[in-house]
Amino acid sequence: MTAIASVAVLIEDELQIRRFVRTALETDGWHVFEAETLKQGLVEAGTRKPDIVILDLGLPDGDGVEFIRDFRLWSAAPIVVLSARTHESDKIEALDAGADDYLTKPFGVGELLARVRAVLRRKIGTSPADAALFRFGEVEVDQEKRVVRKRKVDVHLTPIEYRLLSVMIANLERVLTHRQILREVWGPAYVRQGHYVRVHMTHLRQKLEDDPAQPKHLLTETGVGYRLVP
Amino acid sequence: MQKQRPDPDRLLAEFKADEARAARGRLKIFFGASAGVGKTYAMLLAAQTERRTGTDVVVGVLETHGRAETAALLDGLDQLPPLLLDVQGTPVREFDLDAALARRPALILVDELAHTNAPGARHPKRWQDIDELLSSGIDVFTTLNVQHIESLNDVVGGITGIRVWETVPDTFFDEADDVILVDIPADELLARLKAGKVYLPEQIERAAGNFFRKGNLMALRELALRRTADRVEEDVQAYRTDQAIKRIWKTEASLLCCVGPDPGGEHVVRSAARLANQLGIEWTAVYVETPALQRLAPAEREQILKTVKLAQELGAKTAILSGSDPAAVIVEYAHTHNCSKLVVGRTHRKRAWPWAHDIARRIGSLASDVDLIEIGRGETPVAGQSTPGVAADSIVDPRRTSKRMAYLWTLLACIATTVIAAPLRLYFDLANIVMLFLLTVVLVAVKFGRGPAVAAAFFSVASFDFFFVPPRFSFAVHDVQYLLTFTVMMAVALIIGQMTAGLRYQARIATYREERAHTLYEFARDMSSLLQTEQVVEAATKFIESTFQAKVAILMPDDQDRLQVSDRDGLALTLDIHAAAQWAYDKSQAAGVGTDTLPGSEFLYLPLRAPMRTRGVLAIKAANRRMLMIPEQRRHLDTFAVLVAIALERVHYVDVAQQALIRMESERLRNSLLSALSHDLRTPLTSLVGLAESLELTGPALSGLQHETAQAIAEQARRMSALVNNLLDMARIQSGEVKLRREWQPFEEVVGTALKGAQAAIARHHVDVDLPRDLPLVEFDAVLIERVLFNLLENAGKYTPEGTVIRITAEASGDQLLVTVSDNGPGLPPGQHEAIFEKFTRGERESATPGVGLGLAICRAIVEAHRGRIWAEDNVGGGTRFCFTLPLGTPPHTPLEVMQDAGAPQVSRSP
Repeated sequence: MTAIASVAVLIEDELQIRRFVRTALETDGWHVFEAETLKQGLVEAGTRKPDIVILDLGLPDGDGVEFIRDFRLWSAAPIVVLSARTHESDKIEALDAGADDYLTKPFGVGELLARVRAVLRRKIGTSPADAALFRFGEVEVDQEKRVVRKRKVDVHLTPIEYRLLSVMIANLERVLTHRQILREVWGPAYVRQGHYVRVHMTHLRQKLEDDPAQPKHLLTETGVGYRLVP
Repeated sequence: MQKQRPDPDRLLAEFKADEARAARGRLKIFFGASAGVGKTYAMLLAAQTERRTGTDVVVGVLETHGRAETAALLDGLDQLPPLLLDVQGTPVREFDLDAALARRPALILVDELAHTNAPGARHPKRWQDIDELLSSGIDVFTTLNVQHIESLNDVVGGITGIRVWETVPDTFFDEADDVILVDIPADELLARLKAGKVYLPEQIERAAGNFFRKGNLMALRELALRRTADRVEEDVQAYRTDQAIKRIWKTEASLLCCVGPDPGGEHVVRSAARLANQLGIEWTAVYVETPALQRLAPAEREQILKTVKLAQELGAKTAILSGSDPAAVIVEYAHTHNCSKLVVGRTHRKRAWPWAHDIARRIGSLASDVDLIEIGRGETPVAGQSTPGVAADSIVDPRRTSKRMAYLWTLLACIATTVIAAPLRLYFDLANIVMLFLLTVVLVAVKFGRGPAVAAAFFSVASFDFFFVPPRFSFAVHDVQYLLTFTVMMAVALIIGQMTAGLRYQARIATYREERAHTLYEFARDMSSLLQTEQVVEAATKFIESTFQAKVAILMPDDQDRLQVSDRDGLALTLDIHAAAQWAYDKSQAAGVGTDTLPGSEFLYLPLRAPMRTRGVLAIKAANRRMLMIPEQRRHLDTFAVLVAIALERVHYVDVAQQALIRMESERLRNSLLSALSHDLRTPLTSLVGLAESLELTGPALSGLQHETAQAIAEQARRMSALVNNLLDMARIQSGEVKLRREWQPFEEVVGTALKGAQAAIARHHVDVDLPRDLPLVEFDAVLIERVLFNLLENAGKYTPEGTVIRITAEASGDQLLVTVSDNGPGLPPGQHEAIFEKFTRGERESATPGVGLGLAICRAIVEAHRGRIWAEDNVGGGTRFCFTLPLGTPPHTPLEVMQDAGAPQVSRSP
């Protein structure tokens, strides 16, 4: 899908995982450079100037979050982290440090490629969210007039709800941690008030989703945050 | 005089006293001038009123003396059966304290506060029984005559000529919550007496004629009225100060009472107590032990200690000081302890020397800034007071034997001097010979003290006169000048002897103190280096045994706070002793010899009080009982007890710290094991899923069969992965090391994610979600609760046929959130509702449905970790219903937006 062969750096200690991730990425036209350790990963990332980094959080020689912070100092290229279930706090930390998305092991090839495409789309500005009129499901958001319609009927949102929705749209398909949403919508002083987001997200769902208990667009990433999918 | 600043310790003490008072029962005393005024009657009337308002009233002990009016008032009141004690063959009825404590009424009636219990009861005095009732929170009504109040006892004795020995400490009377004066005029009382309406105790009956004179009765009535008035005034004062500034700091100095060896010391102490009480100041009683007092007979010394103890009972602090000049020591103490008033008894002793002033004058001349109050010695008691409990001092005084030796040595020295001087007579003047004898006297005085020195003076003069002064070999003295020689020798002997005795006494005291400080130091050092409870107990036992020449046992409590009987040899710990020790432990009070509880015991039981709690009891049986009664020794022993307690507490915390360390270590180990395991199991599974799927990506395209195989491999690997997750979760939860990441959140959210996760398992079922919109926020760990729901849904999907309806509901009921996941499938086999929550149990045996039966066990572990409950029941209308609860609590505040749009739903989640 990409015109020129883009560069991906894959940092993962397990040979077999490296193998299939590489295969998957290469079928999608990526030029993949592998690294087994964090140290090696830093070298690869520094020399290859990657367009994407796939990073395993459970590396034997150090903390992946450190890598993300380091990398973010000089590059804005997207990072997708690979992590085990039950390590929600690691994921949150990685996302807060600047990772763009995560995949929980075990993950399928399809999932991997979908995530990679999504983060890339957002980075190179081809996201539908950039359009003035954004649609998901039967909801239409006119970002210029700040009007939200569902099935052609105007839906009244409170200012916070609208702001929350805008933030979700701006980060379409990307998981946002509670902390990130709180900072964007309420401001840095509120980053500990996790329940604010949850309460308002419930309101938003009740207004926009057909079945708020089984949302199709405003999805919960349990223990991590929220994700808007079109 | 320096002002006292508010002392934090004292603040704390007052605070604790307030706290203690709050939990204590209330004491109401029906107080009268004499027997026959109707106290018991008044008490019963009050009790009947209480009973009518529904209070649980019990009569603990009460004597109607066969009076019908009184007996009638007992109607409807529960009475405790008396405790029968066997005293030298005769049964004695006593108040049953343990029965009262076990019965635990709201209010108990105990007649005759001043009663002395028969030997064998727990406390010697009834007021101590009542004290224990009060401290366990039971209200008490009791009666008391004015003559039984400790500080008034001798006054009443003086008025009526009859002294009673049953007394109640003033502090106990003053601390009563209410005192009700039962009063009738003297004439009326006499009339009642004539009518035979008054029961007289035996000892008064004998003297009834004397006692019930009108003058006496009026005086007693006045005393009772005045004592009550004092109390009322105190109450008023206390009320005023409470209202005004909450707390007045007593800046006045306290009162110092000097206890001496003279008879009538008790009178002085009582007077001082009254005075301190009236002035509302603290007081201290001191006794100065001088070399002279040390030589007193044991009985007399005991009398002094008893006086000191009496002072303690009357509310004084006590101290035993030592020094050769009592006046100087007292003045020094008064100055350092800020005592501006000194109370001393008047001395009736004849002065030894015309220039020697009595102690009051001496103090007056030493400290002009101190108020001196001289108390006349009270009359000697009318009834001869025997001193019970004073065991004959059977110990042989080692000083006596050594004294005899000293006189022998003195005699020998004089003989030796004579023998040496005899040949010298030819070469030296007689005046110089005298010098030799003088030297002998000085040496004897220095070595053996005053008595032998005087003897030496006599021997020397006699020998000098007999052998050296002409006419020789006769005691005739021609020359008067030898009388001077004799006088000088005598004076030298006395002066040096006196000085030596004083110095020797001081030296002995210093050595004794040094020894004590040294033993304490050594003990503290020993205690601080020990690391095990057994070591502490053993070392402390040995040390205290050798220091106090006593048998010692240290009893430690078990987990149920029962003291353990240690089987140490040499100490037969009978059941009685064990019970007494247990009492001391429970109450955290000393018991046994020299205390108010079980003073007849051979042992002294000291609770080992450490800062956090009582750590055990030190039982000590001294070879000499008196030793344990001397306040100084007791204090010394108390210090040891505190040191032991602190050492035990330290050891305890060392243990706690070690256990924490071990727990931390094992937790670390477990965590690293779990994470290693989860990594090692998951990684190949992830590879398997990925590799199987990536087969599809590689060219050439797979055939239909190959495609299916690849999909099957991926699917099986995912299932395997789920299984591993379940196992690891179970391991983590079972180890109790799962930290819940509880957050306040809408329950709806986890339902959504669980449904999404279980999509594949329930794709062919109908799912019906029913959640009220106004469900409050709940605090839980989303990941884990999602897992519970996921497992329940997956189970429902697995064990019910296609097309079954699965229904999820949640509602707030009381302080719980009740969640149900029900289906209309075949239902659980009977009797399986509980068993399915066990590990590795499945609803069906040997079925083709995959799974190991961990899912519900995990659900239970998670829900219980949230302090909820999970259970299965038969669904109404067929099928199974799984229910679980989560505690609701108070959700945090969520600010509402001020500009709420019309279309917004009402948010009822925030308070």
